[in-house]
Amino acid sequence: MYKIVEKEALNETVCRMVIEAPLVAKKAKPGQFIIVRAVEDSERIPLTISDHDAAAGTVTIIFQLVGAGTIELGRLNAGDSVQDFVGPLGRPSDLDGLKKVAVVGGGVGCAIAYPVAKHLHEVGAEVHSIVGFRTKDLVILEDEFRAVSDTLVMMTDDGSYGEKGLVTAALEKLIEAGNQYDEVVAIGPLVMMKFVTQVAKKHNVKTTVSMNPVMIDGTGMCGCCRLTVGGETRFACVDGPDFDGYLVDFDEAIQRSTLYRDFEQHAREGCLLMPTGEEVK
Amino acid sequence: MAKANMDPVKCPMPAQDPTVRNRNFNEVALGYTQEMAVGEATRCLQCKNKPCVAGCPVMIDIPGFIAKVAEEDFAGAFDVLSEQTSLPAVCGRVCPQEVQCEALCVRGKKGDPVGIGRLERFVADWKMENGGELPAPPPSNGHKVAIVGAGPAGLTAAGELAKKGYAVTIFEALHKPGGVLVYGIPEFRLPKAIVYREIDNLKALGVQVETNMVIGRVLSIDELFEQGFEAVFVGSGAGLPQFMKIPGENLKGVFSANEFLTRVNLMGAWKDCSKTPIMRAKRVAVVGGGNVAMDAARCAKRLGAEEVTIVYRRSMEELPARAEEVEHAEEEGIIFNLLTNPKEVLGDENGNVIGMRCVRCELGEPDASGRRRPIEIEGSDFVIDIDAMIMSIGTSPNPLIRSTTPGLEAQTWGGLITKDDNGETTRQGVWAGGDAVSGAATVILAMGAGKLAAADIDRYIQEK
Ligand SMILES: Cc1cc2nc3c(=O)[nH]c(=O)nc-3n(C[C@H](O)[C@H](O)[C@H](O)COP(=O)(O)OP(=O)(O)OC[C@H]3O[C@@H](n4cnc5c(N)ncnc54)[C@H](O)[C@@H]3O)c2cc1C
Ligand SMILES: Cc1cc2nc3c(=O)[nH]c(=O)nc-3n(C[C@H](O)[C@H](O)[C@H](O)COP(=O)(O)OP(=O)(O)OC[C@H]3O[C@@H](n4cnc5c(N)ncnc54)[C@H](O)[C@@H]3O)c2cc1C
Ligand code: SF4
Ligand code: SF4
Ligand code: FES
Repeated sequence: MYKIVEKEALNETVCRMVIEAPLVAKKAKPGQFIIVRAVEDSERIPLTISDHDAAAGTVTIIFQLVGAGTIELGRLNAGDSVQDFVGPLGRPSDLDGLKKVAVVGGGVGCAIAYPVAKHLHEVGAEVHSIVGFRTKDLVILEDEFRAVSDTLVMMTDDGSYGEKGLVTAALEKLIEAGNQYDEVVAIGPLVMMKFVTQVAKKHNVKTTVSMNPVMIDGTGMCGCCRLTVGGETRFACVDGPDFDGYLVDFDEAIQRSTLYRDFEQHAREGCLLMPTGEEVK
Repeated sequence: MAKANMDPVKCPMPAQDPTVRNRNFNEVALGYTQEMAVGEATRCLQCKNKPCVAGCPVMIDIPGFIAKVAEEDFAGAFDVLSEQTSLPAVCGRVCPQEVQCEALCVRGKKGDPVGIGRLERFVADWKMENGGELPAPPPSNGHKVAIVGAGPAGLTAAGELAKKGYAVTIFEALHKPGGVLVYGIPEFRLPKAIVYREIDNLKALGVQVETNMVIGRVLSIDELFEQGFEAVFVGSGAGLPQFMKIPGENLKGVFSANEFLTRVNLMGAWKDCSKTPIMRAKRVAVVGGGNVAMDAARCAKRLGAEEVTIVYRRSMEELPARAEEVEHAEEEGIIFNLLTNPKEVLGDENGNVIGMRCVRCELGEPDASGRRRPIEIEGSDFVIDIDAMIMSIGTSPNPLIRSTTPGLEAQTWGGLITKDDNGETTRQGVWAGGDAVSGAATVILAMGAGKLAAADIDRYIQEK
């Protein structure tokens, strides 16, 4: 069992937890993830390692309550323990040698983008962060991003905070303003990553995306996390989760991500309550 | 002993009715009664040269334990089994007896061989019901050994070493120990309670089981040595699924057998109120002909599929699955579409599987595996309507351990290289066995490898 030492609601449906897992904390690198099972019989949920403290032996995760598994996890409180917590899994992000990077985060994907921005900042790279949310109430990690970014562009779909519009517009603007990026790192919903990649490609900027297909074991055993990358089948859990955005078949990934939608809808409505602010707090 | 029973027919195994069992996950084969077991045991001629024993990878004293069954000394029979195997309840159920022990039984020359596996199961089940006290840990010898992977190879090696007084820790990647016995082989063929009981026995011997420990990620083999383990046994299996590389393979509704079976077994999707998503398809094609394919097909049927088809490119004779599983699958209404090879998975505009284009095959000359090679018949394409396809065409060892352990060498196809049957690898202090070395094989071979390696590890540490 792994103890939850801190829990905090970042917005109505996004929750941050700090969990005691010394072995994971010791090994974690940016871009890697863990798999957590809240209680016996829960699903295995992959979540990015948002932060870690090797000395304290703790790992931070930030997750959105989207379905049965994450709602179950969100019901636990500081002092409780999660049943299983395994990691670090996946390959660390390859950030070596980057001098100037645009980090683009969408929604809860910002939780995954933040450790990348933080690491780049720590190694002295110039970091331009573009973070997008549907609306003001959903904004997370703003202060954290600000602290590690040379430039921060806040976007909301409805214009209720920051600038109105999509992250792609902001990226386009920064590139057109003459910023020459070594790389764009895009993390968020599949559609967002697809269009960010298109924008970056138009300007010949290398793009790395972080893929989050459905996973079970996270060790390369089940094959359900497979994607087509450069015409080849790759397993996101062991070959990724980061991939060259130019090579990823996003349309296939988007299609595959809907496979269990009906079942999940049912699980959400049947077994559990819909997520509300109460769930997190 | 009573006079030999000369009935040419093996005592049939009582089983659930096929039309009932293909709707539930309870065990199919119900096991012999005491009378049946004693009756079947008297069919054994107690051959002096024991031909059957040579067919058993762990050399169980087959006539020895069967004689005890005939004498109704079931506890004694269990003791004979225990000399060679720690998982008789498992092997009695899942060994491919028809190509191992029973293949060499003299009674098989005229009529059926003795039901060795069924008797082994009977004795193990009897022991579980009667006299089920857990073993006591032996005195410690002060040495530490690490085992990677809690499948049959790792569990056996752990048990052997623990009995000799070693402090043994098993590191398992998943959240439950058991390997394929737990995530792959379904409940209706091997009830999980049996596996967990064996694991409880190991724990009673003092074996520590650490789950959620992906070696190569959480800890490396080097770090295990740093922690004071004097030897490491790698029994990490062959879990990496292969795909066919045909068009349409990533459509919605195409699964690897590992994904499908893991959802059903390890994640419990077979239970009514399970939280694990599973596709309940109506028409399912399972590609492949091994035990894995049979298990996937029979699970799909039990989850409510109307039509389940095994698609295999050779003929019935070459099917690698255990004979009993093929028989059971047929009884349960699984359709066998043999001499057939898939060429393409067809989808609708939303990316859902709607069919599979296949081609007919005929058999040519034997290939490297000794089986006749299937040759596609040109122009014989046809389409099977399906909404799910389960790929069960093989697995290979996962690269994680070999890629993170300096000095550990592997074959190009992934199997770890060992110096001899004892499983010593190219890295000092590291042994390996089971599917991680042989590629996908059988439970009893994995156990045999674990046992040999344990003896060699003991020798190595004692000689140090
Ligand atoms: C490498 C990786 C890192 C991730 N990091 C984060 C993170 O830091 N924060 C965060 O909020 N989310 C993250 N996710 C997504 C997160 O795993 C899913 O939101 C979660 O599993 C949904 O589970 P559920 O039972 O609550 O919802 P469900 O009702 O099961 O599903 C809701 C949605 O989540 C997707 N999903 C379901 N199960 C899985 C699964 N096992 N793996 C991936 N997606 C799934 C479904 O396709 C669906 O769109 C990550 C996913 C991956 C693969
Ligand atoms: C569906 C199915 C049905 C089968 N039916 C039969 C049958 O009827 N009869 C028969 O004899 N054989 C059968 N087999 C084959 C048999 O199960 C295997 O040959 C046997 O389980 C191999 O044992 P093993 O201990 O080598 O590996 P496994 O059973 O595969 O166990 C390996 C274990 O190691 C763990 N592991 C892997 N990598 C790591 C790591 N890096 N760190 C920590 N742990 C790790 C895995 O999670 C797993 O638990 C079947 C196989 C399948 C898949
Ligand atoms: S372990 Fe398997 S091969 Fe050996 S006697 Fe038992 S059933 Fe036969
Ligand atoms: S070969 Fe058959 S009859 Fe002879 S000892 Fe073995 S099991 Fe008995
Ligand atoms: S999650 Fe199972 S192979 Fe990637």
